[in-house]
Amino acid sequence: MFQIFTDFSSWLTYAILGLSSETKLGDAVHFFIEDVSKIFALLIVMIYVIALLRASLNVERVRDYLSRKHRGIGYLMGSSFGAITPFCSCSSIPVFLGFTSAGIPVGITMSFLLTSPLINEVAILLLMSLLGWKFTVLYVFVGMCVGILGGLFLDMIKAERWLQSFAAEALKKGQSNSQTVTQATADGSQRMTIVERHEFAKTEAGEIFGRVWKWVIIGVGLGAALHGFVPDGWIEQHLGDRQWWSVPAAVLLGIPLYSNATGVIPVMESLITNGLPVGTTLAFCMSTVAASFPEFILLKQVMQWRLLATVFVMLLFAFTVVGWIFNAFTPFL
Amino acid sequence: MKNITVLGSGCTKCKKTAEIIESIARELSVEVSVTKETSPQVIMSFGVMSTPAVVVDNNLVHSGSIPLREQIINWLE
Repeated sequence: MFQIFTDFSSWLTYAILGLSSETKLGDAVHFFIEDVSKIFALLIVMIYVIALLRASLNVERVRDYLSRKHRGIGYLMGSSFGAITPFCSCSSIPVFLGFTSAGIPVGITMSFLLTSPLINEVAILLLMSLLGWKFTVLYVFVGMCVGILGGLFLDMIKAERWLQSFAAEALKKGQSNSQTVTQATADGSQRMTIVERHEFAKTEAGEIFGRVWKWVIIGVGLGAALHGFVPDGWIEQHLGDRQWWSVPAAVLLGIPLYSNATGVIPVMESLITNGLPVGTTLAFCMSTVAASFPEFILLKQVMQWRLLATVFVMLLFAFTVVGWIFNAFTPFL
Repeated sequence: MKNITVLGSGCTKCKKTAEIIESIARELSVEVSVTKETSPQVIMSFGVMSTPAVVVDNNLVHSGSIPLREQIINWLE
């Protein structure tokens, strides 16, 4: 079904723009037009469909659900909801406090917040269309593991000791009377009609597309440049899996580069097809998406420096291990 | 005069919300004072998790999106 985008791109690149398929430029332009048109079409259709399905899911519902759950599966549920619940990263502090004051353990809240930027419908969609379902399953699995294990670890070291004092108090209060807090917002629980769902999905599709289209262009543009101009085998030779340090280096490189999952996935595609090992690519991309300075500075409002630094180091460590494991196991996939 | 507070951590949607309320109030010539509140502690005290949220005279009336025109007119009356 994706053939139509290849044909469209061939027609535009070779017939209209008159570029030759033999040149590097022609190759890069063809790649760019094919990917951008395919991704744009998929994004609009799929965001709409997914938004229809999850219109009635919101952070308030997730909080009510999680606050009633047993700790053991709380991490898994926190991470799963993090993957599917729509919420803007500018809301992460209110969400953190909302969960905390409902008595939900810090680890479970962090499972939710860590998984959220890594996995979302746009990321999954792009991975499917660019890198295939196997890689997508792998990515989702690893992303959830980072969220779940990260949350478990934070509870094991009793991370709540290092919250800002007002947040710690809210947590204590919430745990002693978790019943009262959860009734604050009841308006999210009414059933939605088809028309309301359509309205929600239309707004969502427009809003998300409006936010991510430029990232797609930048990401695919970078990808096209790599695709057309970096000599074949160069990456493999210089950053291949024989150099153990390439994974931590990729993670460190990813920190100052801040992007959302949408922009980084087209880059991932071209890195992998150019021979960068899968693990190194994953490590780089997860670090770009999940470990960013702006996000961490926001978290400072609710966490003390010690906890903030712990979370940061934990993420860097996790992404490095992910990279090494995948590089080691790629031959068997 | 109505006191309207927009809760939110300073994202573009929150700024837009405050602007829209002010402009509709001008249009209807209703006297309001619109303030923006970014402190996480205050946002928490209203039990709000999705911003922007709107508080009219200390009552939380809306959260999670830029409010619709009809809603705003409703609050101002």
